Amino acid sequence: MLNKIYDWVDERLDITPIWRDIADHEVPEHVNPAHHFSAFVYCFGGLTFFVTVIQILSGMFLTMYYVPDVENAWKSVYYLQNEVAFGEIVRGMHHWGASLVIVMMFLHTLRVFFTGSYKKPRELNWIVGVLIFCVMLGLGFTGYLLPWDMKALFATKVGLEIAGSVPFLGDLIKILLAGDAEIIGAQTLTRFFAIHVFFLPAALFALLAAHFIMIRRQGISGPL
Amino acid sequence: MSNNRVTRRQFLNYTLTGVGGFMAAGVLMPMLRFAIDPALQVKAEGDFVQTSTKIADITEEPIKVDFTFEQVDAWYKSDVTEAAWVYKDGDRIIALSPVCKHLGCTVNWNGDSAHPNQFFCACHAGRYEKTGKNIPGTPPLGPLDEYEVSEKDGFLMLGKKIANTLV
Repeated sequence: MLNKIYDWVDERLDITPIWRDIADHEVPEHVNPAHHFSAFVYCFGGLTFFVTVIQILSGMFLTMYYVPDVENAWKSVYYLQNEVAFGEIVRGMHHWGASLVIVMMFLHTLRVFFTGSYKKPRELNWIVGVLIFCVMLGLGFTGYLLPWDMKALFATKVGLEIAGSVPFLGDLIKILLAGDAEIIGAQTLTRFFAIHVFFLPAALFALLAAHFIMIRRQGISGPL
Repeated sequence: MSNNRVTRRQFLNYTLTGVGGFMAAGVLMPMLRFAIDPALQVKAEGDFVQTSTKIADITEEPIKVDFTFEQVDAWYKSDVTEAAWVYKDGDRIIALSPVCKHLGCTVNWNGDSAHPNQFFCACHAGRYEKTGKNIPGTPPLGPLDEYEVSEKDGFLMLGKKIANTLV
C-alpha cells in the first residue's frame, strides 16, 4: 500500500534522487563506531541535532498552554505541569533537554577541535558552528525567564546587568532586551518570549541549514 | 541460509525501523496526550447556583434572570454572569436557556414586535414558542435548552443545562 503510493508519486515527481541526496551517503570507516569504538565521539553532532528536535517539538506543545504575561505566566506553567496529563514529562523534556543541548554541543565542539576538523577548507563551518553556539546560549538565557518564578527573575536580573556592562552600548542593549530602563516586568517577558520562540529559532534554522549543507558539500574530515 | 526467507538486509531494516519507531513514539506520545488533554478532562459540574429572584415574584410572563457563578478556566478564575428566561407554567417553574440553537446568539422574549409571545433571535430571525419549541421555517434546528430548577429560602436556584423536557 505505502509502496504503491510512493511509486505513484515517484513516477510523477521523481522524488527518489531528492531523498537519496539527503539519506544516502558514505560513512567512512574512521567515523563508524562499529569499526573503531572510539569513533563514538563523532556522534555528538548528531546527538545535538536529535536533542534540538526534541526541544523544538516539546516547545511547540508547551506554547499550547503557556502565556507570556506577568499575571498568568507562572499560573499557566503551574497548570500545565500539574493539571495537564504528561505536563510534567513534556516540560521536563524541554527543561532537561535545554541543558543537554549545551552539553552535547560542547562535546561536539571539543571533538571538532581535537580532530582539527576546523582547518582548511572547513573554516566557514566552524564559524557557523560558533554562531549556533551563541544562538543556543541565547535560547537558554531567554527561556530561563519564561516560567516567571523567583529563580527566573533573579537570573534575568543578573543576565541583564551583564549585558548592561558592555562598553558604550551596554545601556542600549539592556533597554532593548528588557523593554524598560528600570523594570524587569511585562515588557521584558513578552520580549524574551518573542526572542525565544520566533527570532532565535529562525536564526537557528538558517544556521543549521548552512551547517548541514556545508558538511555535506565538504564531507567529514579525514582520519587523524 | 538459502531457505531463510528474511534476508540480513530485511532483518536489519525491520530492527532499525522498530527501534526508531519505538524511540519516536516515546518522544511523541507524551506530547500528543498533553495536547489532547482538554478533550479528555473530566469536569465536575451540576452545582445549583443561587439567584436573587424570589419564587413568589415569578409569573406566567417570562422574565430574564441573571445569575453569577465562579468559572474555573484552567489557570483563570472569574465570575461569569449568565441569564435564563424564567416563568411559571401552572405550579411548575420553567427556566429556559437564552442561547439560540441555530448558532448560539441570545434570544429575547417578545424580541420581535411582529411575533408577540415568542422568543426571538435577532441574528437570523430564529423564533421559538413559549415552551422553547423552535418554530418550523425559522433557522433553529431544535428547542431551547432548559435549566434544572430548585428553591432555597424562597429564592430560585438554577442547576445544569439539560435538553428541553417540554417539547
